[in-house]
Amino acid sequence: MMKLRRLFIANRGEIALRVLRTCERLGIETVLGVSDADRHSVAARRADHVVRIGAAAPAASYLNIDAIAAAARAAGAQAVHPGYGFLAEKAAFAAACEAAGLVFIGPTPAQLEAVGDKLSARAHALAAAVPVVPGGSAASVQEAAALATKIGYPLLIKAVAGGGGRGMQRVDSRADLERAIDRSMAEAQAAFGDARIYLEHFVAAGRHIEVQVLGDGERSVHLGTRDCSIQRRFQKLIEEAPAALLSTQLRADIESAALRLADQLRYRGLGTVEMLVDSASDRFYFLEMNARIQVEHPVTEAISGLDLVEEQIRVAEGRPLRWRQSDLHLEGHAIECRINAEDPTRDFRPSPGTVERARLPVGAGIRVDTHIEPGTEITPFYDSLLAKLIVSGTDRAATLDRLRGALAACDIRGVENTVSLHRAILATPEFAAGGVTTAFLPEWLERRHGAAAVLR
Amino acid sequence: MDWDDADVRAVLQLVDAAGFDEFEIETDRFSLSLRRGEDGTGWTRESRTLTAARELRLAGDVATTPSAEVAQPAGESMPAAVTSQLRAVTTPLPGTFYRSPKPGAPPFVEVGTRVTPDTVVAIVETMKLMNSVYAGAYGRIAAFAVADGTLVAQNSVLMQIEPGAAGDA
Repeated sequence: MMKLRRLFIANRGEIALRVLRTCERLGIETVLGVSDADRHSVAARRADHVVRIGAAAPAASYLNIDAIAAAARAAGAQAVHPGYGFLAEKAAFAAACEAAGLVFIGPTPAQLEAVGDKLSARAHALAAAVPVVPGGSAASVQEAAALATKIGYPLLIKAVAGGGGRGMQRVDSRADLERAIDRSMAEAQAAFGDARIYLEHFVAAGRHIEVQVLGDGERSVHLGTRDCSIQRRFQKLIEEAPAALLSTQLRADIESAALRLADQLRYRGLGTVEMLVDSASDRFYFLEMNARIQVEHPVTEAISGLDLVEEQIRVAEGRPLRWRQSDLHLEGHAIECRINAEDPTRDFRPSPGTVERARLPVGAGIRVDTHIEPGTEITPFYDSLLAKLIVSGTDRAATLDRLRGALAACDIRGVENTVSLHRAILATPEFAAGGVTTAFLPEWLERRHGAAAVLR
Repeated sequence: MDWDDADVRAVLQLVDAAGFDEFEIETDRFSLSLRRGEDGTGWTRESRTLTAARELRLAGDVATTPSAEVAQPAGESMPAAVTSQLRAVTTPLPGTFYRSPKPGAPPFVEVGTRVTPDTVVAIVETMKLMNSVYAGAYGRIAAFAVADGTLVAQNSVLMQIEPGAAGDA
């Protein structure tokens, strides 16, 4: 067991600040690796020290394994927190950290390989008796076409090395397959440096429900469910914990399946097991395991009372888990809205620019995780997340009320953003009722878009 | 140690109880303004971090890659007489310009390729999304204005098309 005194943060934006906050509270000194575009970011100004790791383009900086490992070592850090995205789930990065004598805050390189590759993850899920969706990998358009015939359309193309929806596309017929594959491969290559893709049967009316797990390398616990069914092009927009309207039995089955997978891997650190729940049959299927802290982790923090970054650090220090499953109690409800620099009225076109105003709600049960202030420049280099608004309450109805008020108070100017979209989604009877599938948002957007066109 | 959300909520309680509608504070390290919402909406905060980044200078600087140069809009690499005959293809978004769908793949178009308005001629990667760029006209690709992999500003000219009739395409 060791006590971490100096930690290197290999990320940017709101998650860099999120890690910084826990380090400040725990008295751990921080060194933040920054690209040239982020040298004066809020995180850079709040970190104890910053180190330049490369040019603005991610390949030169936040994806540059050698530069980051060298910087962390030269800066005298004992451990590296990778955040999410970038190198968070790259086994080669975890291995490079270990080789440099640094503790990688996350699973072992072998575990990252086991779940980072969709095919290997499926094999582990099957070994842990967790059901999977029919599918397989393809190295060429011809192979994909043959496999697609077997699986049947519609199907989903995913990046083998992927996560976070990058490279993911729905394909409805053979005619669209070739173009979709090219595009997925390009996105997969750009996002993960690995162009391999994977095809999977598309479950039409599914809910995206995931389970937060935490392991110490010996045993694991789960921290309940999250529902992330409000998605557009496989990007989550709204997440909540716990998942509403699940039977007690189904919830318990999903949670124990996730725990079986974590145990099967003897998982170390924080992870998320994503499941697709078929609303028609109440069956569920393993989708993937994300071996990192998730964007939506605050909703789990809100109902568990835990600081998940602190738990990550404790595991990295070699401490065993503090509780048995029966010690953990989840209370209340929480919902997160991702506020992105995208124009919801123009097909979610990205909106880089300079933030002029960032008035964000504050009050009981309201948390905002953000890296924006007036003057913050939103560059085209990185993702479009501006802020996460997390609201919690005693139950879902109270949380929705509070969230409506918080969204009404949000006032962000200078870049187009999705606040108005969140207000509109909150106003729908479907979302208010809860339990919608991933089909809800795209269909609702289409109706809304249609209605807007008529009004014009 | 910096101020955190719990500090802000504690300040907010005081301000709220005192009946104020606005509160502003600025120190060497941060500024914070709290505003009571109109028509019953709740309080908002807006803050700025005023400290400067403390950069560590490491022996043998690890960052060796130079900063990318950004291609600016309205590149005048070609004489006006030539460009007046041509139709510019511009990018609606800032980002990284790519000529092929994936690394190592053949380019979407070359100089001389015949295009229709719907022909995809390039992609521009913005905020991790690949955005297709369409030719927008019938004709032939006459010249490229920027190199593959260049960071381009919004409305930059990417290439020029020599317009032709629909039947030519």
